[in-house]
Amino acid sequence: MTGPADGGRSESGAPLLEARDLTVHHGQLRALDAISLRVFPGEVYAIIGANGAGKSTLLRTIAGLHHPSTGSVWFDGTDVTRLRPERRAGQGIVMVPEGRRLFESLSVEENLQVGAAYARQGPWTIERVYETFGWLRERRKQLAAQLSGGEQQTVALGRALVANPRVLLLDELSLGLAPVVVQRIYGMLPEILATGLTVLLVEQDVSQALRVASHIHCLLEGQTTLEGRPAEVTADQVEAAYFGLAGAAPAGPPGREGEP
Amino acid sequence: MAWVNAIIQGVLIGGLYALFACGLSLMFGVMKVVNLAHGDLAVLAGYIAIGIIAVVHVPVLLSFVVVVPVMAALGYVVQRTMIQSALDRSVLTTLMVMLGLSVVIENGLLQFFTANTRGIGTGLSLITASFSIGSQIQIAYLLVVIFATAVVVLLGLQFFLSRSKYGRLIRAVADDREAAQLAGADYRHVFGIAAAIAFGTVALGGIAYGMYSQLNPTAGTDTILLFAFAAVVIGGLGSLWGTLLGGVVLGVAQQIGAQISISDEALAGFIVFLAVLVVRPQGLISRRAQS
Repeated sequence: MTGPADGGRSESGAPLLEARDLTVHHGQLRALDAISLRVFPGEVYAIIGANGAGKSTLLRTIAGLHHPSTGSVWFDGTDVTRLRPERRAGQGIVMVPEGRRLFESLSVEENLQVGAAYARQGPWTIERVYETFGWLRERRKQLAAQLSGGEQQTVALGRALVANPRVLLLDELSLGLAPVVVQRIYGMLPEILATGLTVLLVEQDVSQALRVASHIHCLLEGQTTLEGRPAEVTADQVEAAYFGLAGAAPAGPPGREGEP
Repeated sequence: MAWVNAIIQGVLIGGLYALFACGLSLMFGVMKVVNLAHGDLAVLAGYIAIGIIAVVHVPVLLSFVVVVPVMAALGYVVQRTMIQSALDRSVLTTLMVMLGLSVVIENGLLQFFTANTRGIGTGLSLITASFSIGSQIQIAYLLVVIFATAVVVLLGLQFFLSRSKYGRLIRAVADDREAAQLAGADYRHVFGIAAAIAFGTVALGGIAYGMYSQLNPTAGTDTILLFAFAAVVIGGLGSLWGTLLGGVVLGVAQQIGAQISISDEALAGFIVFLAVLVVRPQGLISRRAQS
């Protein structure tokens, strides 16, 4: 379940997380237009798209921070559309928000403690986070605000992990970070997945998403333009879906069941 | 010697002002609520204590044990209902709701207790007794006890905020409410706890004020709230020990003013308050510097 080659996707079982026809408005603006997705256990599902495509809105709606005008969010067979974000976190939908959003006046360790305050039972503990990201332990007394961007992203990831999510939502991990730092953080993904998590991520960096994902879903102006396994889509298709080049590729998912 | 006496009295009275101020500072720091009813809550607590003492004839010190938890519980309930629904609408709505609460408490007290001033008589020699240093300096035991209480309350609050799970959550929610939600924390509950602390500490301040001076239904807005605001601004918003420093500076300024002319007491305090606002608007202890 590590690379795109084997897919990590078994569509025979029930999806762990499902969005059904989500439409979300920001005031008058329709940010998402009837978006559906199904995330299966153990996979890395990547949502790609340009700025303003609605990626973050989709992830935040799934986390419970936005309310859809229509449509629903299902988690492990139950409708969670009406649940508050903190209740969804308690059930195992935990998000690393865009821009890290650490508690800046708290130390590294206190940030992790807040993450663990309402944790589910599971493999991740603060100790395990320290073992996984070795340098964190020496800096645990430091204020989160004093860390570099990459270090903050790691703490944000650790804060989410200690809650023992069943599905981890990652919103633009790479934003504002040096490529080498992004590589290092994404390099931790196999180890995280090995503890039984499912990952749903939003990424503007398409090549990064294609490298780690078992399934990609491209958004353009709030609509789905492409869906499939990375191995099944061509670079031209991705480019067309990403930039909305009409005619370059069919604006539909290749070989997906039940899609228009 | 009279000046030394003024300073000593000012420092001690600063403890009372810190009790008024710390809850105001906490509620603003955590949920950005300007609690215009803060002073009225102190007076309400004082009157509840008077009522309990009159009806049940409990010793004054026991009234704390009842009134503070009752006010804390009231704080949680008021936050979860009135204040939260106002917060969900807008900042302005919240301000109006707090103003409304202030008016309701004040008029309710006028209705039930009339406009007469009342002290919290204790029957304890502690309240009236004082000790002397030299011939000029007389220190009331009560002021020393109030100051010590304020220090203990602030120490306890600091320990709670820095070490306990809920203290950590209060700070986390103050930093980033949404990120706290994503970590599973119900910020409304955390707000409720912060309000409970604010109501509880100001209840303590109100009872102490009733013992030290006299309560009347309007003392909440024309005295306690103003002093609390002044102490918070002088000390620095969001800083716990800043409220004590602010209270002390305010108290000393008032006592020195009173030394010059008895009518200058309040004026001197507010001149210092305005001076700090102009020269150092972040307060003497700014929040960033403290942590």
